[in-house]
Amino acid sequence: MSDLPHLLSLITFTPLIGALLLVMFKAFARADDKAVVERNAPAVALVTSLFTFVLSVMALIEFNPADPTFQLVEDVSWFAGFHYRMGVDGISILLVLLTTFLMPLCFIASMGTIKSRITEYMIAFLVLESLMIGVFCALDIMMFYVFFEAGLIPMYLIIGVWGGDNRVYASFKFFLYTLLGSVLMLIAVITMINVAGTSNMIELLHFDFAPGLQTWLWLAFFASFAVKLPMWPFHTWLPDAHVQAPTAGSVVLAGVLLKMGGYGFIRFSLPMFPLASQYFAPMVFALSVIAIIYTSLVAFRQTDMKKLIAYSSVAHMGFVTMGLFALNFTGLQGAMFQMLSHGLISGALFLIVGVIYDRMHTREIAAYGGLVHRMPIYAAIFLLFTMANVGLPATSGFIGEILTLVGVFQVNTWVAFGATTGIIFSAVYALNLYREVMYGEMTNPKLAKITDVTRKELIIFAPLVLGTLILGVLPNLVTDITGPAIEALIERIDAGLALAASGGVDIG
Amino acid sequence: MADLVSNITAMAPEVFLVVTALVLLLVGAFGGRRMAGPVNLAIVVALIIAAGLALRDIPNGSLELFGGALVLDHLSTFGKFSALIASALSLWLAHGYLKTENRLSAEFGILVLFASLGMLIMVSANDLLSLYIGVEMQSLSLYVLAASNRDSLRSSESGLKYFVLGALSSGLLLYGASLIYGFSGSLRFEGIAAAATGSGSGSVGLIVGIVFLLCGLAFKISAVPFHMWTPDVYEGAPTPVTTFFSTAPKIAAMVLIARVLFGPFHHLVADWQQVVIALSVLSMCIGYLGAIMQTNIKRLMAYSSIANMGYALIAMASGTVQGLSGLLFYMGLYLITTLGIFACILAMRRSEGMVEQIDDLAGLSRAKPGLALALTALLFSVAGIPPLAGFFGKYFVFMAAVDANLTWLAILGAVASVVGAFVYLRLIKIVWFDEPAEPFVPASFAQISLAGVSALLMLPGAIWLLPALAKWSQIAAAAMFVHG
Repeated sequence: MSDLPHLLSLITFTPLIGALLLVMFKAFARADDKAVVERNAPAVALVTSLFTFVLSVMALIEFNPADPTFQLVEDVSWFAGFHYRMGVDGISILLVLLTTFLMPLCFIASMGTIKSRITEYMIAFLVLESLMIGVFCALDIMMFYVFFEAGLIPMYLIIGVWGGDNRVYASFKFFLYTLLGSVLMLIAVITMINVAGTSNMIELLHFDFAPGLQTWLWLAFFASFAVKLPMWPFHTWLPDAHVQAPTAGSVVLAGVLLKMGGYGFIRFSLPMFPLASQYFAPMVFALSVIAIIYTSLVAFRQTDMKKLIAYSSVAHMGFVTMGLFALNFTGLQGAMFQMLSHGLISGALFLIVGVIYDRMHTREIAAYGGLVHRMPIYAAIFLLFTMANVGLPATSGFIGEILTLVGVFQVNTWVAFGATTGIIFSAVYALNLYREVMYGEMTNPKLAKITDVTRKELIIFAPLVLGTLILGVLPNLVTDITGPAIEALIERIDAGLALAASGGVDIG
Repeated sequence: MADLVSNITAMAPEVFLVVTALVLLLVGAFGGRRMAGPVNLAIVVALIIAAGLALRDIPNGSLELFGGALVLDHLSTFGKFSALIASALSLWLAHGYLKTENRLSAEFGILVLFASLGMLIMVSANDLLSLYIGVEMQSLSLYVLAASNRDSLRSSESGLKYFVLGALSSGLLLYGASLIYGFSGSLRFEGIAAAATGSGSGSVGLIVGIVFLLCGLAFKISAVPFHMWTPDVYEGAPTPVTTFFSTAPKIAAMVLIARVLFGPFHHLVADWQQVVIALSVLSMCIGYLGAIMQTNIKRLMAYSSIANMGYALIAMASGTVQGLSGLLFYMGLYLITTLGIFACILAMRRSEGMVEQIDDLAGLSRAKPGLALALTALLFSVAGIPPLAGFFGKYFVFMAAVDANLTWLAILGAVASVVGAFVYLRLIKIVWFDEPAEPFVPASFAQISLAGVSALLMLPGAIWLLPALAKWSQIAAAAMFVHG
């Protein structure tokens, strides 16, 4: 079991190999075998992603949670200072696991629901999986950037080719919005490499950038991560992208892609620019509280279910940024936990919408009502995730919210107060959605024949239900792994702040 | 006598091409239309052989010929090799095109050959006269090539337009050259360098001369505001000619500009830097904004190449050795990508003939998935999206700018690349999202292999291509910084 060489590379590139296999099947199949390839592509993708998941579990077993440094490190030199460096610590390994955990569910969810160009769809998702895992495993800032931005390509195609009616607009908005943020980060990355003389993240984590430079670099990184996360007011691409994307696309978008923004903050902004982070923390708090309250209110007024969940995602990401910039142990633990838990819950919610969308082909809330009479199991699952979304104790949503609130309470009571109000609003829209869709009379005659969840859908939801409940009851499964890494991070931030306070920074 | 012989052997690629040109001209003239195809193919081979000859090792890294009129160094090697390969591949594409259009003629290849010869002189020019001779030899052949489809009004118009504006630029170039000669008292680059260094910050006359010279050369790389001819000529000229225009002459002119700016005038960086920055900013912005409006793919590529020149000029503006190597690296990738994209454009042929509207690409991903995939990779690459090779080109350009304290220019370039991404995404959208239009006729072997190879070089091939190209650009760039 132990000492598998290049385990992280294996995890990262296994989906890509699966994608290449599919490309070859597609390219070299005889004309009459094309249909066979189309039929079996989902199975190939599913097996590949399950295998990747198993590999990532093995990585977790190999991983020593007590050690706060990067583990499973790989380092290969390329050219002109570029390096291929991989490694994970307590913060990133769980995000890798989240990705590999959600992907098989996406592939199962896509079986039967995607009707055209199935092979290409699976290829796009496998490539996307590789790139997402790469983002979390990269230990070189250039590599991080490459993976971070490359993910746009498959997602653009997924939204644009398999999306809804307004897919072209949504895909362009998604791509260009995110790219604009990223290119500013690229210039910041180049500046950092130029000043520090290295692109190795381990070395950069211990490099003290001059205070003035920190401000600019922080802002450039913020431009990218705030769009990706997204934070209010940079969130406007998200509802469009979510609504137009196919179900699995929404799951990946909400479950993993948004987490890249949070991961970026925790990996780069906080430890590399501690002074700037401290300086801008009030601004981030303000934006977070606005996000939590405002987008919750906006969510309440939505008539499209996916849009409602998209806005609720923005609100929940507000908790993440709030916890991150509390710059204390509890806040950061909460932010990490919130990211993981939101990955499960929002993924599940989009799948829940997907279930009735597949049956009725509409996401209008008004078209539904009284589903509980025809779909009891579905109602139970929906209820669980509604409650998890609101943050009911015993679900994972609760832990994330309470930890971030406690963290921020130590720093700023008013922010905590505002965010708590937001939780109430979130209960309003989430319960309202549930009531409108599930309770009341079945007024729409088309609903009379709607059927309850199939076995396939149960297989998708079972792991998500288990995950949400287990994390809600045993949060230390996560916090024990993230704890040491976050402690080291806090030490690094404090050291950076102390150095500046003593006037010792004049590098660069 | 021994000196002459050694000079001539050092110029083996040029001599070889001249001899080939003269022989093939006779074959073409006496062989008639029957020999047109073989002549063109022979020229493709000759260009490749010349590219091989250009790679020969240079003793001491630098060699002056004919009393200093020409120079051989690693920079000229880089320029010669890439220009010759680009010419050869364009001609290969043209051969297939002309054959299908039933317009094969020996002159076509011979003109490409003479243009390439001009480029060889350009990249190794070491005084103002050889500079001018090289530029004119190249340009005159290009004017005729643009008008080579005599039956087409658009082609003749584009040739004439190109000629008139080209003549104007030659005038500017000559005026600049005479000013420089007047104020420095020398035609040789060393002499000019000595005069430029001696006079401290450089006299006003010299600087005006540089500006005029730069304006004349900016025509050749179609940098804004000297880009007006580009969209019309690109659209009007036969597509393989457009392919040729947007590849080989660009690299030759870029190398020539670098040779002038980093050679005799490298002490006056502060003076010419502003001009180059202005050209660069305008080219990037106008290039991409102009491209947004286009519906004809050749016009779109014209604006795209204008914008790409803007990025290359960012690297030039930095005035450092990293800048020059970033410039060459960028140009190398630009050549490969552009050749690939034009191979795809040339494959846009229906039974009734070539189509050029971007909407004709609709649904290509279903009709021809391989070609669509190649085109997509090339477009994402030229848009600078990682992990494709084009991204690393932009990376080195921005790195050079940041290193030279031109961070604002890098930011501007990065933001402009988002506009550029829109332009290329629009094409990709048509290829992938739209409903299939009437399919194209099967692509030729030249088109498929060129598109395929360049696309493969953008992604998995980049792992080997990029280090090799970066190393070579560094060596070539260092050649200009030996004495300085």
